Amino acid sequence: MTASTETLQTVRSLSQEGYKYGFITDIEAETAPPGLDEDTIRFISAKKEEPEWLLEWRLAAFRAWREMTEPNWAKLQLAPIDYQAATYYSAPKQNAGPKSLDEVDPELLRTYEKLGIPLREREVLAGVAVDAVFDSISVATTFKEELGKLGIIFCSMGEAVREHPELVRKYLGTVVPQNDNFFAALNSAVFSDGSFAYIPPGVRCPMELSTYFRINAAKTGQFERTLLIADKEAYVSYLEGCTAPQRDENQLHAAVVELIAHEDAQIKYSTVQNWYPGDAQGRGGIYNFVTKRGACRGARSKISWTQVETGSAITWKYPSCVLEGDHSVGEFYSVAITNNRQQADTGTKMIHLGKDTRSTIVSKGISAGRGQNTYRGLVRVQPRAQGARNHTQCDSLLIGDRCGAHTVPYIEVRNPSARVEHEATTSKISEDQLFYCRQRGLSAEDAVSLIVNGFCKEVLKELPMEFAVEAQKLLAVSLEGSVG
Amino acid sequence: MLEINNLHARLTDGREILRGIDLSIKAGEVHAIMGPNGSGKSTLAAVLAGRDGYEVSEGRVTYLGRDLLSMAADERAREGLFLAFQYPVEIPGVNNMYFLRTAINAQRRHRGEPELDAGQFLRIVRAQLKLLDIGEDLLQRAVNVGFSGGEKKRNEVFQMAMLEPRLAILDETDSGLDIDALKMVARGVNQQRAPDRAIVIITHYQRLLDYVEPDRVHVLQGGRIIESGDKGLAIELERRGYGAIEDAA
Repeated sequence: MTASTETLQTVRSLSQEGYKYGFITDIEAETAPPGLDEDTIRFISAKKEEPEWLLEWRLAAFRAWREMTEPNWAKLQLAPIDYQAATYYSAPKQNAGPKSLDEVDPELLRTYEKLGIPLREREVLAGVAVDAVFDSISVATTFKEELGKLGIIFCSMGEAVREHPELVRKYLGTVVPQNDNFFAALNSAVFSDGSFAYIPPGVRCPMELSTYFRINAAKTGQFERTLLIADKEAYVSYLEGCTAPQRDENQLHAAVVELIAHEDAQIKYSTVQNWYPGDAQGRGGIYNFVTKRGACRGARSKISWTQVETGSAITWKYPSCVLEGDHSVGEFYSVAITNNRQQADTGTKMIHLGKDTRSTIVSKGISAGRGQNTYRGLVRVQPRAQGARNHTQCDSLLIGDRCGAHTVPYIEVRNPSARVEHEATTSKISEDQLFYCRQRGLSAEDAVSLIVNGFCKEVLKELPMEFAVEAQKLLAVSLEGSVG
Repeated sequence: MLEINNLHARLTDGREILRGIDLSIKAGEVHAIMGPNGSGKSTLAAVLAGRDGYEVSEGRVTYLGRDLLSMAADERAREGLFLAFQYPVEIPGVNNMYFLRTAINAQRRHRGEPELDAGQFLRIVRAQLKLLDIGEDLLQRAVNVGFSGGEKKRNEVFQMAMLEPRLAILDETDSGLDIDALKMVARGVNQQRAPDRAIVIITHYQRLLDYVEPDRVHVLQGGRIIESGDKGLAIELERRGYGAIEDAA
């Protein structure tokens, strides 16, 4: 069986199981009672049959979290989050989902039709190894055998804890410690599942590895944890996609992603984030508080983040690189769109520790409707980082006159040989551009989407091909209704 | 093809620019509209193409039997009305070729025709480039970004050739061009002459008309057409200036 056929069938059977057969497990046992205390954590850990050390690790995180307060420095306005009202563990169950498409909210169906997700999903997944995470658990991982022949481990985090405890124990929390920040501590305490990948020395991973996250259950937070390790001279490209249904309440998503690149290793991490953004009045939507960080441990290692952030009511996310190894390279390419009442406070941190380390930041923020878009980025050059270089380019595009764009760069240089550049622009889509496109036959919405895609081109070209197509369509859908 | 009756239009600040235009253009014809700066030439082009910022206070325009003024700008374009811009607009990051294919396919969808795939599109592009003597590198660049004045105008004529409009309006496409670029524009227009197509050339100078022979020439002054005639009128204008025509009228 060819690789792509296998993926297609897996995906097909997934959707059939979800709707037709379901997952046969006891309902009470699947969902943790709402609220968060040490018992909740013991429940999750027991559910996942974890070793004692991991339970202790979680509990330490929880105790740290209890002493912490939510960060309030971001330019975000949100209602207080009641952490005791949420549910911290939910696994798919037979009666939870609709039995057929007829039972699905037609508005939701239309949204998906517009996104082209069911079809796109299959196309995107062909030739890509996927770990599908549905609410709290990983439901399937494709191509494991094929990857296994190369010594590549790609599985759910739960499985990694069982099958490769030595690797998990060695690396977990070494890039993002349990007490790193409020949301990372919360994640460390209650993380349910996520993906794990290990690429052995000298191996170039022959296909894209991918995780597809989906929040489905109501009143449930999603707290996945991803850990990727590229050993010496290894290479991996990793994709992450996410969706969530429309709900009137806000749902919390607090993920942690840790990347480790050893000597001469390269990790390319791409995200297309399309969590439900809330409606035009700002009701509902995902609160997306995510900590993503990569450590370039070895000399000449490279970590590249590319993100297209179209969804979520709130986005709080700063994929960062800690450039420890000499000559290591960090990159951050970002497109963030806020429409209607969406708010995004996103950017990166580039921490230069090693000699001759280099970093590149390209951020494109698009604000429409009443959206508020903030780029927040830190470039820090430590005393030992002789010859460090950074170039930052930060462009904002405004559509309409009720939205906002903000740029907050922090630059801290402690080595006189460093060279740090920051460029920023803010522009509006001009009437001339719109008219020119429309005079050639494009509708107003197609014209906006074309202009926006052009604006984002430098970032979109960093995405793997299949993802770039999806991202372009998402940009168009995200901006619907943004022009009269 | 196009019937303009007593067309009055003003800017949003209330200034009246067009003060009763009457014009009738048949399929297969090439009309030249000439006039001094500020006579309303570009406003007429903008109003016909449906640009925002103008208010039609009186009169009507019938295009292919339909009320043109009730159609949105993009609908007019999809119905075959093309405007070559006096100042073509830059769209950073958007490949010129991709832009054109998007436009053509939007129009094809509107007409119920299948979209062109990349291969079909490229074949047509190559044929047109050859006819117009345009380098292929122009297509790989972002729309009008970093183009010289001449390149922008060539690109407009190239788009016109590719979109095969029913009614093409060229708004001062000849202005600021050297003689080679002017000849290229003229060649493009002459190639586009067809029994089912009308072309309106808006120009300040007579020199484009050395290479394109119009069926009718109109003189626009103060928002009205004050004189119409055959090609001889353009030559007379060039010789005697707009003032003389105005005085005579």
